[in-house]
Amino acid sequence: MDIHEYQAKELLNGYGVKIAEGGLAYSPEDAVQRAREIGGHLWVVKAQIHSGARGKAGGIKICKTHDEVEAAAEALLGKKLVTHQTGAAGKICNRLYIEAGTDIAKELYFCFLVDRISEKIVMVGSQEGGMDIEEIAATNPDAIVKIEIEPAVGLQDFQAREMAFALGLDAELISHAVKTMKGCYLALRDLDANMIEINPLTITGSGELIALDAKMGFDENALFRRQKISELRDKTQEDPRETAAGDRGLSYVGLDGDIGCMINGAGLAMATMDMIKLAGGEPANFLDVGGGASVERTEKAFRLVLADKNVKAMLVNIFAGINRCDWIAEGVVQAVRKIDMKVPLIVRLSGTNVEEGRRIIAESGLPIITAETLAEAAEKAVAARNQVVANETAGA
Amino acid sequence: MAIFINETTRIIVQGFTGKIGTFHAQDMINYGSNVVGGVTPGKGGQRHLDRPVFNTVKEAVELAGAEASIIFVPPAFAADSIMEAADAGIKYCVAITDGIPTQDMMTVKSYLRRFPVEKRMVLTGPNCAGTISPERAMLGIMPGHIYMRGNVGVVGRSGTLGYEAADQMKRLGIGISTSVGIGGDPINGSSHRDIFEKFEQDDETKVILMIGEIGGPQEVDAGIFAQANMKKPVIAYIAGLTAPEGRRMGHAGAIISSAGESAAEKVAMLRDLGVTISPTPSAMGETVAKVLAGLK
Repeated sequence: MDIHEYQAKELLNGYGVKIAEGGLAYSPEDAVQRAREIGGHLWVVKAQIHSGARGKAGGIKICKTHDEVEAAAEALLGKKLVTHQTGAAGKICNRLYIEAGTDIAKELYFCFLVDRISEKIVMVGSQEGGMDIEEIAATNPDAIVKIEIEPAVGLQDFQAREMAFALGLDAELISHAVKTMKGCYLALRDLDANMIEINPLTITGSGELIALDAKMGFDENALFRRQKISELRDKTQEDPRETAAGDRGLSYVGLDGDIGCMINGAGLAMATMDMIKLAGGEPANFLDVGGGASVERTEKAFRLVLADKNVKAMLVNIFAGINRCDWIAEGVVQAVRKIDMKVPLIVRLSGTNVEEGRRIIAESGLPIITAETLAEAAEKAVAARNQVVANETAGA
Repeated sequence: MAIFINETTRIIVQGFTGKIGTFHAQDMINYGSNVVGGVTPGKGGQRHLDRPVFNTVKEAVELAGAEASIIFVPPAFAADSIMEAADAGIKYCVAITDGIPTQDMMTVKSYLRRFPVEKRMVLTGPNCAGTISPERAMLGIMPGHIYMRGNVGVVGRSGTLGYEAADQMKRLGIGISTSVGIGGDPINGSSHRDIFEKFEQDDETKVILMIGEIGGPQEVDAGIFAQANMKKPVIAYIAGLTAPEGRRMGHAGAIISSAGESAAEKVAMLRDLGVTISPTPSAMGETVAKVLAGLK
């Protein structure tokens, strides 16, 4: 789960990380009010969306007067910002963070993340701040410093010092840098974050070390014990289809294609989508209905897939282990009867009680296209989708 | 010989008396697995499914000679149960639980590394379907009847995609020595490579099928190991061609977050390492058949 910059800064500030003075605004009036409270003659109006690279997308505006702050706020609020991380749909900006302008002497890159190779938390830093870490890794990999942290003992001072010196910090800033790094590490452990990125970590003209931007990602498997973090979730930053799915306990990812999918198991779901693509189609979504696919759950899944207006055919692929094909078949038949399905449905069942499942589908009298193998199912789904498109074209 | 489990392996179930534990324990017993009891703290001394219940894993090891365990404990308590098994001297543990926090798994892994290699418990999972040595023993939640005994060692992240592979092979008359689910989490007990090492030493296994997916370094890491250290041929399928970058595809670990983690990149690297690629998920069976035919 991602949170906004201002939320991350607030959390990290509580762990001793210095930040510039700032405040949240939901309207241009709020924004001007925040600027007044902060004082000074330079403010930064920052769009709060769940994405990096906001600057390039016009989401960060430097203002010298209250009028400029108001104009910037007006321009950003309610607007969809498109960055290379948001995809073409972009993310809506409903909140602004108004921050005091900072006199920047140097920008550094700093982060903590859970490293899947070492299976430890790794601290990463680079003197090339402000750039994307992937960009630094591609253009100048030697500029990246990585330090692994032993989970049993945690981040040690000597490791933080090593990082601080590698970042080229002056002697008088070292002890503050150590405090900042240890604060971030504690936050990551305490809050079950899987990523904290401060980019840039800035040395100001007056020689202070502050987090000018901050990003935190959290382990969804740990949210059950982090109530405070769960409350920071902003549903306006999520695909509404995925929010609806999550609320129903289903795992769904919306995609750009037009063949809707309902599958049990994440791996089989990805494989089925691959098969659709190889057969010449494009999947509309990833949807894992999980192990205990009851009639109710099947109906919910159907409604979710069909809520996507792009869907021109729907493919159900179930390999029943704990599930039983007859239960799934029953669920599918009931769902189709309840929902007025306007697109062709292709069903492939395999595994436990498959004969019984196929019999239920066949005897339902519903226009369900059946398939025996994965390949056959994908080919039939693509053919059915093509037929729908051909009919639409002929009709238009 | 198969790896990890056979018909004599003495198995206990952690989370034995719960609904899920009970259901799958019964299923494993029906399959012929040698389930010698289970652990539910506070219910020691009772009997469940005609077998003893113990308070601790230590008791199960001392009194029932437990060698392997399977974990059905809820996510919040699962890491603790895994470490208890390791401490008690269990040799092989399967964690079925889905949803264990990543930092808990980090603690588990560092705890396991404290034991010298010869005394270290092997963990597979979490968030997996388990392990089966067909027609001998099942330590998992899979439909046992779709697995046929034979010479292919299978290792994969996904449960149902593993079923799909077993089914495709069975239709072609190809059986499995052992099928191991390593689970869909970013930090897991054993990697593809760890399982490759076991299969390479197993007489019964002639070829290995790896069923991988997007995210993480483990598939390519296993390919590098195979090229340098293995004589047995490896076949692989990598799921997730259509997965967009940065999106979690169901499994906590199935996310493309850096270079080299997409299905296309993994396939290209594995091919360069001499691994035979199954071009589609429906060709896993026939690709294995071709490689097996080449051995004769």
